[in-house]
Amino acid sequence: MHHYPESLTRELSAKAQQFRVQVLKMIYDSQSGHLGGAFSCAEIIACLYFQHLRVDPSRPDWPQRDRLLFSKGHACAMLYTALALRGFFPVDELMTFRKFRSRLQGHPEPGKTPGVEVAAGPLGHGIAVGVGMALAARMGADVKPSAQSAPSALASTSRVYVLLGDGEINAGVIWEGAMSAAKFRLGNLTAILDYNGIQQTGATADVMPTEPIADKWASFGWHVQEIHGHNVAEILTALDRADEVHARPSVIIARTTKGKGVSFMEYDNRWHGMAPTEAQYQQALRELEEGLA
Amino acid sequence: MKREEINMRLAYGEALVELGRTHPDVVVLSADVSNSDHSFMFEQAYPERFFNVGIAEPCLVDVAVGFACSGKVPLANTFSFLFATRALEMVRTHLCYGKANVKLMGAYSGLSDSFDGPTHHSITDLAIMRSLPNMTVVVPGDPVGLKKLLPLVVEWQGPVFFRLTRNEAPVLFDDRYEPRIGQAVTLRQGRHVTLIGMGMMLSRCLDTAETLAAEGIEARVIEMHTLKPLDVACVQKAATETGALVTVEEHSIVGGLGAAVAEVVTDSLPVPVKRVGIADRFTETGPYNDLLDNYGMSLDDIIAAARNAIAARDNSSR
Repeated sequence: MHHYPESLTRELSAKAQQFRVQVLKMIYDSQSGHLGGAFSCAEIIACLYFQHLRVDPSRPDWPQRDRLLFSKGHACAMLYTALALRGFFPVDELMTFRKFRSRLQGHPEPGKTPGVEVAAGPLGHGIAVGVGMALAARMGADVKPSAQSAPSALASTSRVYVLLGDGEINAGVIWEGAMSAAKFRLGNLTAILDYNGIQQTGATADVMPTEPIADKWASFGWHVQEIHGHNVAEILTALDRADEVHARPSVIIARTTKGKGVSFMEYDNRWHGMAPTEAQYQQALRELEEGLA
Repeated sequence: MKREEINMRLAYGEALVELGRTHPDVVVLSADVSNSDHSFMFEQAYPERFFNVGIAEPCLVDVAVGFACSGKVPLANTFSFLFATRALEMVRTHLCYGKANVKLMGAYSGLSDSFDGPTHHSITDLAIMRSLPNMTVVVPGDPVGLKKLLPLVVEWQGPVFFRLTRNEAPVLFDDRYEPRIGQAVTLRQGRHVTLIGMGMMLSRCLDTAETLAAEGIEARVIEMHTLKPLDVACVQKAATETGALVTVEEHSIVGGLGAAVAEVVTDSLPVPVKRVGIADRFTETGPYNDLLDNYGMSLDDIIAAARNAIAARDNSSR
């Protein structure tokens, strides 16, 4: 198990807050998008793209790469921000989000945006698609060494990570995929559940109760960890631990806050898919930038 | 006319095993119906490349998508109507929009699962699949066609819906048959009317042409094994040269082959098109041939449609 120095965890926390500022600007500018669920997964995405995932921005199709399936596709302003800042495409392009002729579609489109692995938006696909990728990786589809392979690529096969929303797991196909992942003993598959407790029309506890959530996943044959989803050290440690689980899939239940970082957006389902007014934008920007300082 | 018959499921199982030998990147996925569709034959030959995800068709398609994203060529297997209905959102989002190179093997299509009844009859699958951008739709016409087309489907870049069937099928082709995706095949020349058929309707089209020939009516017979992309030039040529078209499909007359042909004709060369198929309704349980005969696809239905198409052409030109 790695020990992560405070300098790194501070850096990643700052990165996450920087992502939120960028996402706010994009959604304000296009007057369209999903803030709440993007803000709740900022630290998770920062840890994945800036520490944990083995990806190469200069070769988004590198066969041995780790895959992140951004299954909660509506929050993709956060994904696009991380990809751009990681170098998959120019940062300037972020402000074209949801605009005509942009590569940054309203929900992720593979083949259009470098680094996007799979279409998402209609919810529930990530686990089952991840099962197919994890099986293919295990069969060796992605481990053929080539002259361009990074040395680390030869040491292990690629891993598959799936970011889920908590409203998303209402969908039946999530649990179809969960059963398959356990049946096929996919130790190379990790799901991270952004458990922010709020979905489009209200609290998940009211819309469709999912508790006892840890027991549910455990009973489906998954290795389960529960963490504080805004604590970078906990996220990094949980990802490492998940990688070490053999012969069964892992889920990290990350307790988060929807709208995290902006006082009037937190815990409020209205900010699932609403764009801010100018006054709201200015206040949100002030609060997020205070968090950066 | 009496023809040799071979079971289409058996032909499919044999074709899969051969495919496994020639195409190491192929994986076969099933939603627990492998002993129905005969994909179990692949499982026996290549167990390490066969995956049963249980009775979970949306999951079946999504798992196939994951394989395709990682460079495998997955063949997903379940009943045709389940791809077209229960798993449709997965098909639209990942195969068609996301361009995942997944091949859907739609078993038991049309009325071929006759005794399981209307819940299992697949009479709207062609209409649904055809409406999706980027989808290719292929329907083999006999056991030889199935074995010749399957490798082409696998090598085709992009998603394909391959429409399979359950029962014995008359053998129409021999080893000289070399189909190409997107190119119709003329089975019989004729200048008075054109019968455009697919799948299990082809032998009925040929028998119709034989019957009409005795009356001096020369019917052209075309196999449209690729519903999408449709061989538009072939349809236009038939419309120009015969001026009367009949489409014959084991499917609802809404949205399938008849609709595809009618779209071409109304766009470019208006001539009468008569659509033979199932009226816009559900069917019932019964013997396969009895269902075909009583739900709009009897020999008499095709003959009548040909006569009506000719009469409509002649009336309009008078």
